[in-house]
Amino acid sequence: MKVKSRQAVVGDWIFVIVCVIVSLLCVLPMVNLLAKSLSGSYALVRNEVYLLPKGLNFDAYVQVFQNSKYVWSFVWTVILTVICTFVSLTMTTLCAYPLIFEKLKGRNVINVFITITMFFNAGTIPNYLLMRSLGLLDNPLVLIIPSCLSVYNMIIMRSFFYGIPDSLRESAEIDGASFFQILIKIYVPLSKPVLATLALFYAVGRWNGYGDALMYIKEEKLYPLQLYLFNIINSMNKMEVATNEGFTTPGLGAAMKAAVVMFSTVPILCIYPWLQRFFIQGVTLGAVKE
Amino acid sequence: MAAEKKEEKVKKIVVPKQQVSFGTYMRRYWQLYALLALPLIYLLVFKYVPMAYVQIAFKKYMIGKNVWTMPWANNHGFQYFIEAFQKPAFLKALRNTLLLNFLDLLLGFPMPIIFALILNELPFKGFKKCVQTIAYMPHFLSWVIIGSLSLQLFAKDSGMVNMLVTSLGGKPIPFLTENMPWVFTYVGWGIWQSFGWNSIVYLAAIAGISPDLYEAAAMDGAGRFQKMWHITLPSLKPTIVVLLIMNLGYIMGGGMERPMALGNRLVSDYSEVIATYVYNAGIKGSQFSLTTAVGLFQSVIGIILILSANFVSRKLGERGIW
Repeated sequence: MKVKSRQAVVGDWIFVIVCVIVSLLCVLPMVNLLAKSLSGSYALVRNEVYLLPKGLNFDAYVQVFQNSKYVWSFVWTVILTVICTFVSLTMTTLCAYPLIFEKLKGRNVINVFITITMFFNAGTIPNYLLMRSLGLLDNPLVLIIPSCLSVYNMIIMRSFFYGIPDSLRESAEIDGASFFQILIKIYVPLSKPVLATLALFYAVGRWNGYGDALMYIKEEKLYPLQLYLFNIINSMNKMEVATNEGFTTPGLGAAMKAAVVMFSTVPILCIYPWLQRFFIQGVTLGAVKE
Repeated sequence: MAAEKKEEKVKKIVVPKQQVSFGTYMRRYWQLYALLALPLIYLLVFKYVPMAYVQIAFKKYMIGKNVWTMPWANNHGFQYFIEAFQKPAFLKALRNTLLLNFLDLLLGFPMPIIFALILNELPFKGFKKCVQTIAYMPHFLSWVIIGSLSLQLFAKDSGMVNMLVTSLGGKPIPFLTENMPWVFTYVGWGIWQSFGWNSIVYLAAIAGISPDLYEAAAMDGAGRFQKMWHITLPSLKPTIVVLLIMNLGYIMGGGMERPMALGNRLVSDYSEVIATYVYNAGIKGSQFSLTTAVGLFQSVIGIILILSANFVSRKLGERGIW
């Protein structure tokens, strides 16, 4: 390597500075939110909070924990997310694994059957009417089953499976292992990276989604967290809703709202950096196969 | 497609015709079909049955009647399509869908490419990784959260940005309360949420470029930007084309979560898109036939767009998505 010219070093630093600015743009909105959630109501009402909390206190968080509706919604969404992730991973594996066998008769037909669903979506209303006629409206299952298999994710998993050497499963076949045993003993243990990635995708999808609940769920007890937040944030300008929800102290509203949002974001923000290596691989696999 | 054909040929050569009876075959392979059963039933029920429901678009919806036995709509079944196009609310939603998605594509599509190019130039590995992690963060936030951030930052008096503007002596900017500023706020949040995540694919493509090319270019005296322009970008072209085709297919699409979370009553002239129109008129307003027709129109246009984009790109000598 030759020594970099002065011009090149200056260029490097320009790129570094651009990246610092971009990173700040990503982070500052969250910092502002955090500061607001920790600020006193006086400073908030006077619009004095930028990036550091003023009149530091944890009242808003205490109130969030005391609000039983919110706590229930949080717990319910955690349960829902865990179930959803597990069911979806199972379904995705069940769909992807048999399709890697070239000897499988009717494989092409099945592939076409699956691919069509990626391109043609019947639309909101037919889906809604189907849920209604299956009796799934206001049923917790409606938040789990209709989204339990994403063909896109299935393709990612199948690409990963293709990358596992055929010789492994062929030798197991010769040893008399059944296809199910091969799946459990060979493919699943070797596929931890892709399983982690898809688990993240499904979990984030469920944790962040509210459109399906908005359409299919009327019962407030079954509201996932994001729908609950959507309703609070959307109606926060009307004070009466805030009082109905139990957020009574005036001026605390803004801090409260910030705290609720902050608290709902933290679980995912704690998880995703650890899975970064995996999901990069997952996204890339999906793109290559497309 | 071509690759699959090749595979078949290879298979034919390797495995000479070997007649196995159906019984023997099934005894050996039934497990694979058993594993596939659940996913296929799922797709049949939750993806194909709704396709049968699509005929409601051409029929008069009646409660308690089977989809197959409902009477056909007027005008050879196209009554509701015609009605939709006579409704100002739908036309507005159609315009907004096209406008917002077009701006998303125009302003948002180049961002991840530019970001990937910049990241590629960073001299320190650790710093690069750090920037990447931060840039992926917005992708993991829900639209509700982003909607709330949007309020915290851009509200007229309590938003941080407007606080800054007023304290510097400026007039507050109506990011959320006037139509055109709101449109750009909407597009801006879309870019904010997705530029980092979408750069992953480009970074992977860049990582696959042979270092020999750069070394050869450096020998020839190419500078940083010349390398970017003559090596990196051309190597990214196939990826860019594929993603562009896919994105063109979405120009009529889009869910309701984003416009609902970012929009408000003051800007509903521009925040009402097809998805929210279908939700309001269909699920809330029970105009099932009309909104099914709207949904079908949206799906069909989407398919036509993606097919023709693919066709054009292949005609231009690029690799399509199939």
